[in-house]
Amino acid sequence: MADIKVGAYICKGCGLGERLDTEALVKTAQKDGKVPLTKSHDFLCNADGVAMIKNDIASEGITHIMIGACSRRAKTEAFHFPEHAVARANLREGVVWIRPDTDEARETTQEMAEDYIRMGCAEVKAMTAPAGNPNTGGSKTLLVVGGGVTGMTTAIEASKTGYPVVLVEKSGALGGWAGKLYKRTPVHEPYKSPADTGVADLVSQVQADSNIKVYLNATIGKTDGAPGRFVVDVATESGATHTEDIGAIVQATGFTLYDMNKLPELGGGKSPNVVDQAGLEALATAAAAGDGVIRRPSDGAPVKSVVFVQCAGQRDTTGQHLSYCSGFCCNASIKQAMYFKDTNPAVDTTIIYTDLRTPGNGEDFYRSAQEKGVIFTKGKVAEVVPNGNTSTVKFNDLILGDTDASMVDVDLVVLATGQIANSGINIDALAGVAEEEGAVEVKPISILNLTYRQGKDVPQLKQGFTDSHFICFPYETRRTGIYTAGPVRRPMDIAQAREDATGAALKAIQALENAELGRAAHPRSGDLSFPKVRLEGCTQCKRCTVECPFGAIDEDEKRFPVFNESRCRRCGTCMGACPVRVISFENYSVNTVGAQIKAVDIPDEFSEKPRILILACENDAYPALDMAGMNRIEYSAYVRTIPVRCLGSVNTIWITDALNAGYDGVMLMGCKSGDEYQCHFVKGSELGRTRLSKIDDTLKTLNLESERVRDLEVAITDIERLPEMINKYAAELVAVGPSPFKGF
Amino acid sequence: MTEHVATNETILVVGGGISGMTAALEAAETGKNVVLVEKNPALGGRTSQLYRYFPKLCHPTCGLEINLRRLKGNPRVRLLTMAEVTGIDGSTGNYTATIKVRPRYVNENCTACGECGRAVEMKVDDPFNYNLGQHKAAYLPNTMAYPQRYVLDPAIIGTADADRAKAACKYGAIDLDMQEETIQVKAGAVVWATGWQPYDAAKIQPYGYGRFKNVITSVEFERLADLQGPTGGKILRPGDGREAKNIAFIQCAGSRDENHLRHCSRICCMASLKQTHYVREKHPEDGKSTIYYIDIRAIDRFEDFYQKVQADPSVNFIKSKVAKITEDEHGNPVCHGVDTEGYKRYTTPHDLVVLAVGMEPSVKGINIPGHIVADSSGFIEADPANGAVFGAGCASNALDVNRAVQSATAAALRAIQVVNKVAKAEA
Repeated sequence: MADIKVGAYICKGCGLGERLDTEALVKTAQKDGKVPLTKSHDFLCNADGVAMIKNDIASEGITHIMIGACSRRAKTEAFHFPEHAVARANLREGVVWIRPDTDEARETTQEMAEDYIRMGCAEVKAMTAPAGNPNTGGSKTLLVVGGGVTGMTTAIEASKTGYPVVLVEKSGALGGWAGKLYKRTPVHEPYKSPADTGVADLVSQVQADSNIKVYLNATIGKTDGAPGRFVVDVATESGATHTEDIGAIVQATGFTLYDMNKLPELGGGKSPNVVDQAGLEALATAAAAGDGVIRRPSDGAPVKSVVFVQCAGQRDTTGQHLSYCSGFCCNASIKQAMYFKDTNPAVDTTIIYTDLRTPGNGEDFYRSAQEKGVIFTKGKVAEVVPNGNTSTVKFNDLILGDTDASMVDVDLVVLATGQIANSGINIDALAGVAEEEGAVEVKPISILNLTYRQGKDVPQLKQGFTDSHFICFPYETRRTGIYTAGPVRRPMDIAQAREDATGAALKAIQALENAELGRAAHPRSGDLSFPKVRLEGCTQCKRCTVECPFGAIDEDEKRFPVFNESRCRRCGTCMGACPVRVISFENYSVNTVGAQIKAVDIPDEFSEKPRILILACENDAYPALDMAGMNRIEYSAYVRTIPVRCLGSVNTIWITDALNAGYDGVMLMGCKSGDEYQCHFVKGSELGRTRLSKIDDTLKTLNLESERVRDLEVAITDIERLPEMINKYAAELVAVGPSPFKGF
Repeated sequence: MTEHVATNETILVVGGGISGMTAALEAAETGKNVVLVEKNPALGGRTSQLYRYFPKLCHPTCGLEINLRRLKGNPRVRLLTMAEVTGIDGSTGNYTATIKVRPRYVNENCTACGECGRAVEMKVDDPFNYNLGQHKAAYLPNTMAYPQRYVLDPAIIGTADADRAKAACKYGAIDLDMQEETIQVKAGAVVWATGWQPYDAAKIQPYGYGRFKNVITSVEFERLADLQGPTGGKILRPGDGREAKNIAFIQCAGSRDENHLRHCSRICCMASLKQTHYVREKHPEDGKSTIYYIDIRAIDRFEDFYQKVQADPSVNFIKSKVAKITEDEHGNPVCHGVDTEGYKRYTTPHDLVVLAVGMEPSVKGINIPGHIVADSSGFIEADPANGAVFGAGCASNALDVNRAVQSATAAALRAIQVVNKVAKAEA
């Protein structure tokens, strides 16, 4: 802290000079902000203005910069000082653009601007430019768990990029599910016939690559550490353990086919002539090795008629089977029908479906099947009754409205059952969270055996898949540096799995490279700050270790938190959770926000000028307020807004401090929480809300009304709604009356 | 962002929609230098014109904000807007792209203060709103626009309005003499992420798009629902400005049709299911949606979303390819066809018909230099013959946002593999 030197710069452009008394702002910065080196400029973001700041850096040794101009979201190229601590007082979008240009409004608008200058000066002094920590490990090796198409693709692509790979496969051979297929759905023009799986080629590529080390008959005994410095025990069948230093992990553990024995009404398990898609592949492979004729399992007679039952145990609304669609099965049944038609067009092939789902060029494949004589019947199969060497398929014909339709003397019935993710232990279910409806049973065997405080495997999203909840960011798991790919993440076919594997390889490479540089992963990519803990003040309450949405914090033998920096996403949830406030970031801390709260000038109770503190999520609420400014939507001059990294980072001390200081109200603006959460730190806003729901007790001890704190669920599109809510709240607070804490 | 000189270790990303931005950012965050070329004046592409995403009904601008923040903080990405690649010469590891940059008439001094917009009178169609509304001829493309810099429409140049705009700017940001430029950029690899076009609905003659004002496309419907759109979020019929409450959604408008688009565009079923939510959101009491469909393709985890919409009594599903649309004397579009579940003929009027138009790759018709292998729909195929030009997002397949981002991330790695090889060879 010794050598900080602050420069404050106040812009007069964009109407600030006309609407505000900028000379008074300069004085505010000098007197209240205690920044002697304060300058104003007509047009701070132009080359001359920026040169002025750079010149002060060079000649005056400025280390900390306070810019009183536009929003921190604007003019980022001009005000780019990565080596310095920078605070931005938002005088444009946050003050003059949301206030009317009238004589009556002038005083309160000026007060607003002066407060933001005070806040900016206070904030920047409490900040340090993050230097990053280079000691976070430098392993450049990727661990790939699973040797199917996804895992092999990840390994090959990572190796091609120049990174060594350790590939662990639990069975005795590479290939996975696709290795058992006779053929695959085509991925090139003309999309007319089944194609070679390409698995043999992938296997030989992996085997020929000296950069890829393969363990067969092996599992992960233990995964310890963090991105850049994972230490992984690979347990082999022989009982030996091999320890590998790993930079990042891709989990490509694939899927298990839904057990057709759970579908006795569809003949599952009742007859050898009722098979699942894997069973049909085996019959086709056996046929190809012989005379090419697919034979009936019960007696070896050539199959003359085959019925494919789509959505067997899928898209189920009863809660007994899979509620989702597996996406690949329509094309797979089309392909399998072609196994018959391509060798003998006389075989009757019927696909019974409710919605045929062949996206993209699958449509050409579907057309090709129709041309080859495959019959498509829109219907729902009610029952498959095996009888001797044939079966009767009873179904509801949805086109003819015939609920008693049936097909008799069917030689072979193929049930298109779905994919169940091999995702390991559902750590949330183990933590006592009720199983959601339609979820598949908990698989008891851990895949990664993480030594993390929060559990052994990657948290799951829905239905057992380890998918990301984010539409824009499909790879964001809740364990930094561990990416899932392929059908373990989401039901998918080979083409998509290969694409997914390639993307996951990039994310893993990126994670280990950034870990080495001490840079954060998504969504605060590149952030060099990281949580620092003052252990001597820690009471070992474990809130930080429990709450961290990314499982970044472990506990040592003495139950002190151990921060694994390269697992951290810098959301600040730990900082918000800490009751003794010993956790902070260099540029974001209890102090950087607390100092701003305290810097605001609180008028006395007779002034009729309430003060409202807004703590706004920087990704959604703050931009919405900015855009309200851009649209010149007016709102109350009584609010003072501070952006926060996440609602989860809000420490309740900020609220009690504000109320004690005489603020009349506090508005908390965070993203949607719950099942359809929109918080990009996953659980941040939810945890913040849970914590803040207890604020009522604090209010009671202070003898304050519950209206003094308002929690709002805000989206980035609430450009009109937010100003309305602010104005409404300001009016409500007038009715409640001034805070009794003013003037103390 | 600082300028960096492009070399054959640079990755050129063509298209600044969600796929292009993703490819550029993922590569840059892995330490590679990127030149990102966008033809519009602002980044964001087609997803930024959506009101909400399926299935979470969250807002695309939320993800855009994150991506823009990533971009603002990353000096490795050099952004060119209003720029189009007109040619690429060379081969893997050593390309030279020719890029045409249209004049914005506004330089980097612009603070987005808005004075020029207030000073001018001329209005022009607003392509961000699919021309459903107009904006001033000096404009910020949208409130999320990055670069946050105004644009002058070429129509204004040479008029008194242009002079008014220039006079209103205190920052010397308006340069009426700006000319179209052609620049050359070197690159080791290219990610082609030019996205998609909505299929031209006027080509589906029996549906009357262009003839009947109350027949619109699904992308236009997004703008009507958007609070920041031309109607402030009210679903108003273009024909008479009346609020539309009884809305028909016609699936496969152009898709799965050998006369139009051969392929299934994948997103349209989910988009229409999502849009039924807009109808209910705006008219909780008396909103009514009818979906005319062949198959509902709510693929994989999206099934839940479909089941929820199915359970909604305000939404009706009719399995039918609509044969034709006519217009009644009230300006209501009337759907004609046969419900194949039971073979019942119908003639049903609606307030508004939304055509779930298909996805046509923007690559189609563009002469990408070299011999890019594309399928019969025009999507770029993964093929060694393409050298180090990699298709990403909807330039490579009919994809939803999630899958497009996946594809873009994969394309970024393929590009990195090439430039790493170049770097190794030069080391």
